[in-house]
Amino acid sequence: MAGLAASFGSGAMTNSFGEFAKAKLMLCIGTNMTEAHPVASYYVKQAVKNGMTLIVADPRKQRLVKYAELFAQLKVGTDVAFLNGLMNVLITEDLYDKEFVEKNCSDFDKLKETVLKYTPEYAAKICGVEPEIIRKIARKMASVKPGAVCYTLGITEHTCGKNNVMSVANLQMLLGNLGVECGGVNPLRGQNNVQGACDMGALPNVFPGYQKVVDPAAREKFEKAWGVTGLPDKNGLMIPDMMAGLASKKVRAFWIFGENLANSEPDIRHVEHELESAEFIVVNDIFPNETTKFADVIFPAAAWCEDEGTFTSSERRVNRVRKIKDAPGEAKPNWWVFQQVAKAFGQEWPSNSGPEIWDNEVSKLAPALGGIKYVRIEKDGLQWPCPTAEHPGTTFLHKEGKFTHGKGIFKAVEWTPPAEVEDAEYPFVLSTGRRLSQYHTRTQTGRAGMDAIYKRETADMSPADAERLGIKNGEIVLVKSRRGEVRVPARVTEEVPKGMVWMTFHFREGNANWLTNTAYDPETRTAEYKACAVNVVKL
Amino acid sequence: MKLIINGKEIVAQPGMTVLEAAKAGGIYIPSLCYHPRTGQAGKCRVCVVEVEGMRGLQVSCNLKVQDGMSVKTKTPQVLAAQKLVVDLLLATGKHDCIACESNGKCELQDAAYYLGIERAPFKYDDIHYAEGDKSAPFVRLDKDKCISCGRCVVACNNQVVNEVLDFAQRGYRTEIVCDDDKPMGDSSCVQCGECSQVCPVGAIVDVKSVGKARSWETKVVRTTCPYCGVGCQLDLHMKGDQIVQVTGTEEGSPNKGKLCVKGRYGYDFIYAEDRLTHPLIKENGEFRKASWDEAINLVASKFKEAIDKYGPDSVAGVSCARSINEDSYNMQKLFRGVFKTNNIDHCART
Repeated sequence: MAGLAASFGSGAMTNSFGEFAKAKLMLCIGTNMTEAHPVASYYVKQAVKNGMTLIVADPRKQRLVKYAELFAQLKVGTDVAFLNGLMNVLITEDLYDKEFVEKNCSDFDKLKETVLKYTPEYAAKICGVEPEIIRKIARKMASVKPGAVCYTLGITEHTCGKNNVMSVANLQMLLGNLGVECGGVNPLRGQNNVQGACDMGALPNVFPGYQKVVDPAAREKFEKAWGVTGLPDKNGLMIPDMMAGLASKKVRAFWIFGENLANSEPDIRHVEHELESAEFIVVNDIFPNETTKFADVIFPAAAWCEDEGTFTSSERRVNRVRKIKDAPGEAKPNWWVFQQVAKAFGQEWPSNSGPEIWDNEVSKLAPALGGIKYVRIEKDGLQWPCPTAEHPGTTFLHKEGKFTHGKGIFKAVEWTPPAEVEDAEYPFVLSTGRRLSQYHTRTQTGRAGMDAIYKRETADMSPADAERLGIKNGEIVLVKSRRGEVRVPARVTEEVPKGMVWMTFHFREGNANWLTNTAYDPETRTAEYKACAVNVVKL
Repeated sequence: MKLIINGKEIVAQPGMTVLEAAKAGGIYIPSLCYHPRTGQAGKCRVCVVEVEGMRGLQVSCNLKVQDGMSVKTKTPQVLAAQKLVVDLLLATGKHDCIACESNGKCELQDAAYYLGIERAPFKYDDIHYAEGDKSAPFVRLDKDKCISCGRCVVACNNQVVNEVLDFAQRGYRTEIVCDDDKPMGDSSCVQCGECSQVCPVGAIVDVKSVGKARSWETKVVRTTCPYCGVGCQLDLHMKGDQIVQVTGTEEGSPNKGKLCVKGRYGYDFIYAEDRLTHPLIKENGEFRKASWDEAINLVASKFKEAIDKYGPDSVAGVSCARSINEDSYNMQKLFRGVFKTNNIDHCART
């Protein structure tokens, strides 16, 4: 989100899912939508049936490719080179939207200077896509307006994640595809309430509603609202620094709420070492998992369906979540646990339910959510910004090219390779993701019968590599990186290009995170789950 | 625009069909192959009506409303035609309602009830297939209950665009097949369950729901899916505090009824036996049960100790991107307003 915030002034999906089905052109880059966001993919496929031009850019020949008019099979981690290549064509062939750029954007000259180097031939050498395909895609995108771009973690989970995002933003500004229906830059959020957790200020630099903690006026506002003094004025730590702090003793007490860090963070051995060295860990969760065993105290939490609240979806829509049953045993809502600890510190918080917290605090303190109250979202949710009680909500942002911080800024970026690249010892690139029937570390889907479809981790590899190594489909292979090794069945598939192994983090056994690299984007601190070097050994 | 149905004035929007206008006006016309999301099909012929000035019976799901139109839905001729169609459908399948999952929410049953059909007057030819297709984990297909309305085929191909289902054979032998007639479990089907949601009868059902509740015992609660970021709207069908089925909210944004395999069938983890049910405190490497007071006080004292000794930035917290907004709000409020640190984050980046 940091990338979009730098380019536009706000970080969220600019447009809405409902627009996908009506779109005329869409570039899907680094998004395996049919498996990770299936319902969004239905709309994309519907649109293709209605004549939309779909362009897919992805290292894998995943299911969406079947519907694509043009497919750019990128090498892992070369998105910036590819996108700069497209922009090179748009500028050198004079195909970009000059009016939009002049009126609504700044720093075009800097962008031009950088992308001029990325001729299709130069870009092709890096990203592995034929120069002619790069030209075709750029020309196509210039000829059909508006066009939308969708991306997911294929763009962000790189050491250059923020640069990738800014390149996508550059492309859409250059094409004038912002502030219009069926256009925009659309990051599909991986989890049901990532957008909401950001909006609520569960981030080290902002209060609810993206009000900066370094801004004295924002601190004063929240001090008044919460009846406290001395709110901290420096940005806090991000997860990787917190984890490192456990080992270095910079962090002495650590609270983990509903995250199975021991399976979901890169380099499990390293993560477990950090959790092991912690002085005090408290966990809120609904199940025992690989992380709860490191806890000193475990609070049993109410799950989905056991509390009244809201989720905010990827399209900025605040939706109701309803209680249908009591939590089992003595399990309690999470908000209640935090309220009780505040009480033990002498603070009495007045809001005693999800609806009270939202209506009386959140929507009063976050201007973009000011018009959203529980009574208004009994049925469909409302999309922020929704500042007043009469406001209908906002389906697409930056209308008429008006960006949150005035002009959209072209942030020219150079391509940089992943932190760890293939070599003689580790000749494969490992990339990771999610499969349709499972979800993350399987704490939920593993208890909902989903193993009936996909019950074991596999190492997906190309027929060419399998043949070269004498590996048969289903045969157990050893996959190893500098950090660890796993033994899993090979899944030989045309989806995966030569030189790549693709895995997920759904299962403890064979989890890709025994192998992944902790290198992260210097600014967003997002780890490079999408690229590290591994070897595959026939056993 | 206005039209008259059975002497009653009905207000309709231009572009509506007579069937839609009747439904909006609270008048029931039996229909089977039409579904708002799969559109007009005009196949089953159950929805015929008489229209003043038009010759013969008209198929109401294919007929656009016109201002001043006069429609009759209950003339002897209309009812006789509808009855013949329903009689034939009942006679050509295994339409036994007693233990059918769709009993009480079956559109063929509704039509038979409306037309007063106890048992069709034809010889029943009810078994074409040895048994239903039970090869897939979440969706069951019983071709003997299929009425070939085609809603599942259109939905699979045009709504979710998974392109698995199609018709095979023709006429009396028409059947629904997966891919080139594979068992569903061996086909390319991804078990999204869209076909089950649009099936008007009990031919395609959700395996998890079988035997769990009669349709009239359940109440519906709308909520939001707990998995990915699309935010699909779900209707939870509840019997007591048990979810017995999940369907997509037909009118709900953004999904308009559609779901994926996790959203539709991934709900029952909340009932798992190994839920955490008591606060636990680790002592000598083992967890023991504790009271809420004891656990809360222990956590508060440990955080206070760290803050007093090493300063507020010696404590840190990770919030949850799966849980509700209100939980994240209170957690950051605790860290900022009580502990006085901005060391609060969540997995926004994974």
